[in-house]
Amino acid sequence: MSTETLNDAHDSPDGHDAHHDHHIPKGILRWLFTTNHKDIGTLYLWFAFIMFLIGGAMAMVIRAELFQPGLQIVDPHFFNQMTTVHGLIMVFGAVMPAFTGLANWMIPMMIGAPDMALPRMNNWSFYILPFAFIILLSSLFMDGGGPAFGWTFYAPLSTQYSGDSTALFVFSVHIMGISSIMGAINVVVTILNMRAPGMTYMKMPLFVWTWLITAFLLIAVMPVLAGAVTMVLTDKFFGTSFFNAAGGGDPVMFQHIFWFFGHPEVYIMILPAFGIISAIVPTFSRKRLFGYASMVYATASIALLSFIVWAHHMFTTGMPVAAEMFFMFATMLISVPTGVKVFNWVATMWRGSLTFEVPMMFAIAFIVLFTIGGLSGLMLAITPADFQYHDTYFVVAHFHYVLVTGALFSIMAAVYYWLPKWTGKMFDITLGKWHFWCSLISVNVLFFPMHFVGLAGMPRRIPDYALQFADFNKWISIGGFAFGLSQLIFLALIIKACRKIGEPVSDQVWEGAEGLEWEVPSPAPYHTFSTPPLIK
Amino acid sequence: MNRISTLLIGVMLAFSNSAIATTAAERSNLNLRPGASDISLEVYELHMLMFWICVVIGVIVFGVMFYSMVMHRKSAGAKAANFHENVKVEVLWTVIPFVILIAMAWPAAKTLIAMEDTSEAEVTILVTGSQWKWHYKYQDNPEVEFFSLLATQQEQIQNKFTKGENYLLEVDRPLVIPTGKKVRFLITSDDVIHSWWVPDFAIKKDAIPGFINESWTNVNEPGIYRGQCAELCGKDHGFMPIVVIAKGPAEYSAWLQEQESAARRANEEEQRLLAMNMSMEALMTQGKKVYDTACIACHQANGGGLPPMFPALKGSKIAIEKQNIPVHIDYIINGKNNMPAFGKQLSMSEIAAVVTYERNAWGNNTGDMVQAKDVNLVINGK
Repeated sequence: MSTETLNDAHDSPDGHDAHHDHHIPKGILRWLFTTNHKDIGTLYLWFAFIMFLIGGAMAMVIRAELFQPGLQIVDPHFFNQMTTVHGLIMVFGAVMPAFTGLANWMIPMMIGAPDMALPRMNNWSFYILPFAFIILLSSLFMDGGGPAFGWTFYAPLSTQYSGDSTALFVFSVHIMGISSIMGAINVVVTILNMRAPGMTYMKMPLFVWTWLITAFLLIAVMPVLAGAVTMVLTDKFFGTSFFNAAGGGDPVMFQHIFWFFGHPEVYIMILPAFGIISAIVPTFSRKRLFGYASMVYATASIALLSFIVWAHHMFTTGMPVAAEMFFMFATMLISVPTGVKVFNWVATMWRGSLTFEVPMMFAIAFIVLFTIGGLSGLMLAITPADFQYHDTYFVVAHFHYVLVTGALFSIMAAVYYWLPKWTGKMFDITLGKWHFWCSLISVNVLFFPMHFVGLAGMPRRIPDYALQFADFNKWISIGGFAFGLSQLIFLALIIKACRKIGEPVSDQVWEGAEGLEWEVPSPAPYHTFSTPPLIK
Repeated sequence: MNRISTLLIGVMLAFSNSAIATTAAERSNLNLRPGASDISLEVYELHMLMFWICVVIGVIVFGVMFYSMVMHRKSAGAKAANFHENVKVEVLWTVIPFVILIAMAWPAAKTLIAMEDTSEAEVTILVTGSQWKWHYKYQDNPEVEFFSLLATQQEQIQNKFTKGENYLLEVDRPLVIPTGKKVRFLITSDDVIHSWWVPDFAIKKDAIPGFINESWTNVNEPGIYRGQCAELCGKDHGFMPIVVIAKGPAEYSAWLQEQESAARRANEEEQRLLAMNMSMEALMTQGKKVYDTACIACHQANGGGLPPMFPALKGSKIAIEKQNIPVHIDYIINGKNNMPAFGKQLSMSEIAAVVTYERNAWGNNTGDMVQAKDVNLVINGK
């Protein structure tokens, strides 16, 4: 059974599995009607990858326009559409679905459950997602173009001053939100109810813990986003004045509502990454994770604090000084639990027996580069300095360090870590190393100089810039193109892996790997843990 | 390969470290500027303090990690130890960062309180953002008010002419403020949210419709200080710079008086023009000039616009049919949908000229001539 591929796994001689899979269609219908957590995980991951390439192509347009001062390739209105849709696609189409895909694949296997708790809803929550993005992307071809008000869609730019495509934008965000909420409910119900006997909360792998907390964050804030877009919709099309000062509304209230969603959203995109790194570092250090309990508490504190820091995105809107101070101090406080996490990873490596396989390389790059992003985040928390940093490329550098070299690198680390378990074959290690080094070097050429141009005074979201920023922007663009091309190596590697080319791997795959997912055969059979394992 | 990996990751760290070292050098294209006021200097020092604290934290954390990566490699024979928790260490690295944070928060709070104290200002200026220009009004000298628009030529932006030294950072009429006096800015907006940012004053304050935000500066040295709109405000967000000239108090008063008498003269000129007719040629010449500064960004040089957000004027009913002349004038004065109102920015004769131009350019050969008095009639609701 251990050498069977995914496709024929359901012809397994095991009577129990065969009974379940008797009516499963083949070919495209299998993927359409599937309720299997592994299939749905695969669908999510492929979808995220395609979105990553589309959003990346938009970033290439942005960097091509910014390669030199002057307007060369696109007009400013289209440029604004690119920055807006790039942001939306990367946040809602790439990072979040990729984490959901990993959750689908790994959480049942990590807690010894046969599947997700709500398999039909699982299928549904994936299949509405492509429609959301078809709607969003098609709006780019409308008369007047797609959304051009930034992914933060501040009113009144997104209400009185936006194009008609705003309706499509709102509708697509609604669908994305419904999908996320359903996915999150599924994760919560699965973790709370379907753990194998003996799998107590404090024995769960950290990836499960971080996803549990992330899922609660999602359930808490996605409705807030839905409310915000709905008010934008009615303000624009039905004559309400939620955010229109002339009608007695308040444009700043939009920002409060948006960032009350938006800041926890930031942690939604990084907490699962913490879980991934906490799985990979111990494996390749051949040593238990340092401070497991404090990792759990740190994750929970970050999640709680994330609800009381939103207005640090709004220091320049003219809040009372007392409010500015509260949000400054609360924001600084988040660095304590985040620091604990980084210290714990370093302490896990300390006096371990380290090897540097591809997942570990990405994990180490994550720790260093995410920490750089975290430290610039600490600088941004300081309100008086934030007046200078706000809405400049310094902020762009900061959030790309935490989201690209943070969230995205963790997703890549996770794919490299678990891919052999999924396919049963070791991926092409040479290609993997090429992918890592090309990405690592280009991503720093891409994002590091953004700190400099930001501090020197270059605002974000501009299609053209003053001459003193020209040199760095050229390098940033070159880094951008190189980073974009590097991802094609990843694509080649994944295609090769999906075609099952490579050396067969053992059940444990990695020498130091521990956990239930490494006890099932490689590749993981279509159904795992139909009978729950016993956890000692 | 493992050895090479370790080495390369080390090189990567060195790269980021050397980059950090250059940041510290006071080169304005790498770092914040100390700026022109005491507050901006305080902010700069706060920024540098934060920066060095972050560098030290980074060096310690990464240093420990890289030491471990070199010394505790399996290939170097390292055997994994067995520890996985230590309450003493964990408490310590929770408490120490907390103490560092308090050390950071104290000076930050002090500077913040000073920055937000706008009381006892000697000069007050109302700053109003609109798509895509700034308007300045001297509250103590109400006759002095003007718009400030990007002065960079379209040809430079379109790469037809060589770009000048202050490309995109130059305006037709800069804001002028006195040195050595507390100048208060009241900041608001006519349409979407903008943000008035002058890095040398460490002022970045959102201009929000329906709200009036406050900020202040006290500039030490005369000079020219440049900034930009910092909040995405639509298509030409990248093209609404800010230029502030700080003059000594005596020069400033002289400038202010000159502005007041210029405002009076312009008013008289406007009245005089109401009584006379300009020639077609004069209207077209001035009209093109006005069009190229106020209208071209949206309606484009060929009058084709960028429909449907920015409609074409070429062949448009409003710009061709005779009975629509008052509507045409009205749109320019009061705005329409996405189009901002230009009534305050343009004089009556300028509006007359640009209306004439739009009705006779790009094949809209209506032969219509519009005079300042026609505009005056529309303004008076006739």
